[in-house]
Amino acid sequence: MFSFCTDPQSLEGAAWLACYLTTGKHLDFYGAFGTVLLLLAVTAPVALLFGFLAAMAARARLAPLRWLGKGYMAVVRGVPDIAFFLFFVIALDQAIEWIRHKILCPDWSEPVYQGNDFVVCPAAKMPLSSAPQWVHDTYSFTLAVFTFAIVFGAFAGNVLFGAMRAVPRAQTETAEAYGMSRRQAFWRILVPQMWIYALPGLSNLWMILIKATPLLFLLGIRDIVYYAKELGGMKTQAYAYPHPDWRLWYFLALLVFYLAFTKVSQIALDRLMRRLNRGQATLGGQSGGAMS
Amino acid sequence: MKKILLATAALAFSASFAIGGETIRMGTEGAYPPYNFINDAGEVDGFERELGDELCKRANLTCTWVTNDWDSIIPNLVSGNYDTIIAGMSITPERDEVIDFTLPYLPPDPSAYVALSKDVDVKNGVIAAQTGTIQANYIAQSGATVVEFATPDETIAAVRNGEADAVLADKAYLAPIVAESNGELVIVAEVPIGGGVGMGLRESDTELKEKFNAAISSMKEDGSLTKLTKKWFGEDANSF
Repeated sequence: MFSFCTDPQSLEGAAWLACYLTTGKHLDFYGAFGTVLLLLAVTAPVALLFGFLAAMAARARLAPLRWLGKGYMAVVRGVPDIAFFLFFVIALDQAIEWIRHKILCPDWSEPVYQGNDFVVCPAAKMPLSSAPQWVHDTYSFTLAVFTFAIVFGAFAGNVLFGAMRAVPRAQTETAEAYGMSRRQAFWRILVPQMWIYALPGLSNLWMILIKATPLLFLLGIRDIVYYAKELGGMKTQAYAYPHPDWRLWYFLALLVFYLAFTKVSQIALDRLMRRLNRGQATLGGQSGGAMS
Repeated sequence: MKKILLATAALAFSASFAIGGETIRMGTEGAYPPYNFINDAGEVDGFERELGDELCKRANLTCTWVTNDWDSIIPNLVSGNYDTIIAGMSITPERDEVIDFTLPYLPPDPSAYVALSKDVDVKNGVIAAQTGTIQANYIAQSGATVVEFATPDETIAAVRNGEADAVLADKAYLAPIVAESNGELVIVAEVPIGGGVGMGLRESDTELKEKFNAAISSMKEDGSLTKLTKKWFGEDANSF
């Protein structure tokens, strides 16, 4: 990075450290913080959407739709996250490649499953073997977002389902008395009022989601925990910057990052809670309302 | 109509990609110097990086490098995430049942026990090893208690902080660590386990195996493999 970094062996003290902390691998490490934040930024809304759809389905009058919503929430919530991550990503990846294989290589005569091997035609590979590394990275990142969204969507669905039921029945009844249809009452009365009941549960989920990001490494994405472990491990002379076991320091940095991040989240969520409480028929809303 | 055109264009595009030269994805662990490691620039480096690049050149293949956890390195090969394993993997009958191996590119090399002092009882003590290695199997059969770790680095750390009495790993991996420990770590004993080290491939990839076998043989014949082995493992290393 710096001009004086060409010969790491000759460096000492602050100069060594400056060069050490700006190696290509360290820059990748800093970039991984961005990956984690991006994952959170994309996953949270997608998971909320999945959850909302699941909650709506679970309330549907059509029985199969209701079973689908409730089944999704029950199954995904009941399976350990790690097991789900290990199974689902491989299954999804193979399903995508299998479908592409059927479409793109109809003339392929060899079986897809040969003993232990899963072999599709080269054109059906997802992404193609010849694709540049960033395509592979984007693909695995997308799979990761989707998997996280499915897992956390099931929990969000359960929270929203409960929140929808927590809105006082009188509110919906009044809407119906005004002649609103079921649909109108849902979108105009129930949904705006349910967030206040959903927020404590959703904020819990957000915190858990932040802490679940190290699961990324299971999906083949190099996240900050992977880099901390890799960079912190003892380095022999085979490396340009040999050093003893420094994992403690790297993990301490992660600890500070996660704590700071959850603290900021907590402040933001508390503010949101105060705002949503305004004018609501809840204890927080009424006391706040009386003061303003 | 427009959509169909677009789709055909996309298909043609991806098809041309596939035909335009075979790209082989080389899977490695990236945590086992000097066999393979991720250097400070963030790239795969080490003996196997140089060897792999040379083999690809001789076999006329375009290769890219991928790293994967040791734990799941075989499952991800068979499900097609990459095409080869080149990660200091010893050829064993158990592994050969699941995947195929090329000819060995390193001859059998001893494993070593490393501990804080010479008088550790490696037969009955607590020995650290990496999960899924021949060393972990060996300890379990030798009667000692094995504690397994996901990465080689953690096995050394376990000895340093007293969690394990000794670590068992390839001597080539341990030797530089012992040499640089200023006498803190010592080699207690050596055991001859494992066959040679070869590249792992899917059993269905017979054509690729032939290509790599030919490349490995040609490197053995012209002495370049010996040279490369000595460069990374020292002058007195076993080589072909």
